[in-house]
Amino acid sequence: MAEGVLVIAEVADGKLNPLTAEMIAAGQRIVGEVGGIVNVAIFGSNAETLAPEAVAAGGDLVYTFAEAQLDEYLTDTYVPAAEMAISVADPAIVLIGQTSNGRDLAPRLAFRLGAGVVMDVTEFSISGGQVSWTRPCYGGNARAVLAVNTPLQIATIRSKSFDPLPADTGRAGDTIPMESGIDAGAVKQKLVSRETAQAEGIRLEDAPVVVAGGRGLGGPEGFKPLEDLANVMGGAVGASRAACDLGWYPPSQQIGLTGKTVSPDLYIAVAISGASQHWAGMANSKNIVAINKDPDSTMVKNARYAIIDDYKNALPALIDEVKKLKG
Amino acid sequence: MKFVVCLKQVPDPETPASAFKIDAAGKKVVPAQGIAPVVSPFDTQAVEAALRIKDAQGEGHITVLSMGAASARDVIKHALAMGADEGVLIDDPALTDVVDPFVTVKVLAAAIRKIGGVDAVITGRQAADWDWGVTGPGLAEELGMTQATFAKAVTAQNGNLVVERVLGDGFETVSIPTPALVTVSNELGDPRYPQLRQIMAAGRKQVTNYTLADLGLSAADIAPRLTLEKLYIPVKESQVEVIEGETAQEKAANLAKKLREAKLI
Repeated sequence: MAEGVLVIAEVADGKLNPLTAEMIAAGQRIVGEVGGIVNVAIFGSNAETLAPEAVAAGGDLVYTFAEAQLDEYLTDTYVPAAEMAISVADPAIVLIGQTSNGRDLAPRLAFRLGAGVVMDVTEFSISGGQVSWTRPCYGGNARAVLAVNTPLQIATIRSKSFDPLPADTGRAGDTIPMESGIDAGAVKQKLVSRETAQAEGIRLEDAPVVVAGGRGLGGPEGFKPLEDLANVMGGAVGASRAACDLGWYPPSQQIGLTGKTVSPDLYIAVAISGASQHWAGMANSKNIVAINKDPDSTMVKNARYAIIDDYKNALPALIDEVKKLKG
Repeated sequence: MKFVVCLKQVPDPETPASAFKIDAAGKKVVPAQGIAPVVSPFDTQAVEAALRIKDAQGEGHITVLSMGAASARDVIKHALAMGADEGVLIDDPALTDVVDPFVTVKVLAAAIRKIGGVDAVITGRQAADWDWGVTGPGLAEELGMTQATFAKAVTAQNGNLVVERVLGDGFETVSIPTPALVTVSNELGDPRYPQLRQIMAAGRKQVTNYTLADLGLSAADIAPRLTLEKLYIPVKESQVEVIEGETAQEKAANLAKKLREAKLI
């Protein structure tokens, strides 16, 4: 009888990505109420090296698929590999990251296995052994709470929605090496090339601090002090759609409904009015600071703290003050 | 090449948050007064992607397909005015307020089978109402097609589709054989805007209506896998603290202090 949770781990830069530990922690919360264990499946050549990391994060049983053909994500290899992991772990719930890979994998896997799927989960509650999944919709304007009616449930989890457990290197957990048994003839996708756009700095989605700028910056040069502030705070820089559409900042850094979704500990919105399209990408930020000349802007009204001033004065001063505090 | 592009009519995503209302008991969104519904933005880009391939190839046939109420004829008309060749609307009372993309996939897949001989299905990466992002890959699985999601560019080469995909940290190019399903991301760029002449011409293009029965589907075939328990507007903590200070420097110092106290610095 299917029970427990299977987390599909995601490897980035030779490590488990932070979201994997967050999903394992969410999995532990689920099995604590509905029973079973937290299984983790890791794909790729160095899967076995990464297994202890998954155990330390709270994984009870780790399946490793140490195969070079799984080093790069392809739908056609990951769907059968995930299928194999599900058939051996026999979970009631599969958790997958809401990342570009997970968003490609989860729906296809769900239709292959006849499972109900809930994408982009940011919260859940459990009552009477049944999980209710909460996810943003309507561009972040609304939240939907959904139950899955199928015996197997698949949910994708939004980054930074759950706190990871403190890593415990003394934790016991078994590792089982597996083979995916992928039929090479069924792999139809051919990877031609892959390039990483953002070689330096912290990835926007992983950054604990995001400093974002909008149309109110007045031009591309307005992003310079944002980059300086992000640097001293150990964060990343994002931009509103308006700023990207104007060509002031690369589209890869766009935050919003049509861009990236971030949920940092601290979001500093500089000269961004706060259209719902932008809000959709950052509404889950833990703390929002607005720096804006307009005290009536949506961003200011919905922020935790606001500085009502011209960013040209406020930002250099803030960089200065942060530097002082950091010594 | 024979294309099907899937379209959805959605409440305008640019609707100001203040005009966004929910009927909590009915668990649905109340249409904003005076704001007309639109084609989900990623879907007009899906039409654009198909048109670009057709333009480059010098031939091709694009059917636009929508599941929705009679008003969804407007989104089909818009795509036809952009240059699509014909439209199919699946309008059935059993499909009112569908929440679960499983249902959408079952219905669209049946329609695509009925259309027949389709080389490529193109959808938006997600609809701007429920933001699921399930229909594309779901259709690919249901129809046994190879998929490429989050496309910023699609070209046809020797019977394959070459798709530039947007990833979280960069881009990749994949080549996939047809029949294929592609989902399109906003990086594809602006969709063309119909000219008056095209809008007139679109009026003469054929739009076929199907019901579930026409597609050979019964209510049991489309029993949802999800139950919507609740739909609500999150309460924003609008207790903003405006940082005091005579000068920008003073305000910055006070903010830095607050952030340090909150352990954010």
